[in-house]
Amino acid sequence: MARMKFLCDAERCIECNGCVTACKQEHDIPWGVNRRRVVTINDGVPGERSISVACMHCSDAPCMAVCPVDCFYKTEEGVVLHDKDLCIGCGYCFYACPFGAPQFPQTGAFGVRGKMDKCTFCAGGPEVDGSAEEFAKYGRNRLSEGKLPACAEMCSTKALLGGDADVLSDIYRQRVTMRAARGTAATPPWGWDAAYGRPDAVTGQPVPNAAPPSPAPTGGKS
Amino acid sequence: MRSVAGIVLLALPLALFLAGCGERPQVVNYKQGSYQGKPDTPAYRGAPYNGDKTQWEHALEARAQNQNEYKRIR
Repeated sequence: MARMKFLCDAERCIECNGCVTACKQEHDIPWGVNRRRVVTINDGVPGERSISVACMHCSDAPCMAVCPVDCFYKTEEGVVLHDKDLCIGCGYCFYACPFGAPQFPQTGAFGVRGKMDKCTFCAGGPEVDGSAEEFAKYGRNRLSEGKLPACAEMCSTKALLGGDADVLSDIYRQRVTMRAARGTAATPPWGWDAAYGRPDAVTGQPVPNAAPPSPAPTGGKS
Repeated sequence: MRSVAGIVLLALPLALFLAGCGERPQVVNYKQGSYQGKPDTPAYRGAPYNGDKTQWEHALEARAQNQNEYKRIR
């Protein structure tokens, strides 16, 4: 097995926030903490792109490097986890993380921060797998049950993929191959055709777009 | 004189060949601290897999393939 990774297909993400909801529900995440969120570029403009972001479980994780109490560790599968009993809530990892993944519950007055909380790839933490302590601190441990992260498995359009990096790469490569024949350089594929176009039922080859999208009307008389 | 020219002719390709060995890494290498917290057990250690890593990996791969419509839906 290679490393566990997330991969978000920006062509397919429809900004439904289903992954965010699935994560919140699965781990009973408190108000104000978002282990996962959806970011949209050019919102409302044709050609907009959305992407679901959480901890990317970096191979060379900066959070691990800056932690002053060394509470981070990496599992055999490459999942970056941390020990909340050791975390002092300093926030260094938040500044180091390029994805803004570390979250800090604000439980008290005057901006008091709690211990850091982040996506665990549904792999729990250093407590006993499946125990009540593990759920209370880190959420559910789906990986020990032979399941993949809830956000990826719940994704309705399968934009968010989660699992072994080699398997994800194969899935994504096949999608990109199917997309390659759609549209041209002048009219690149976008939207439904780009994301969900099926191969020809007989030949199994990608089916090109029926017609390029007509340009939007400009100006006009009143 | 000819021997000096011969040495130069030999040394020049050797120097070019060895120049590749001097390449420095161009990415930042973070110095990771050593983990100070409690030890964690592998995900396949407990029930239902009871340490059977192969079975656990097969289960995860089967679920990962559910994310591929080109295989899941025909």
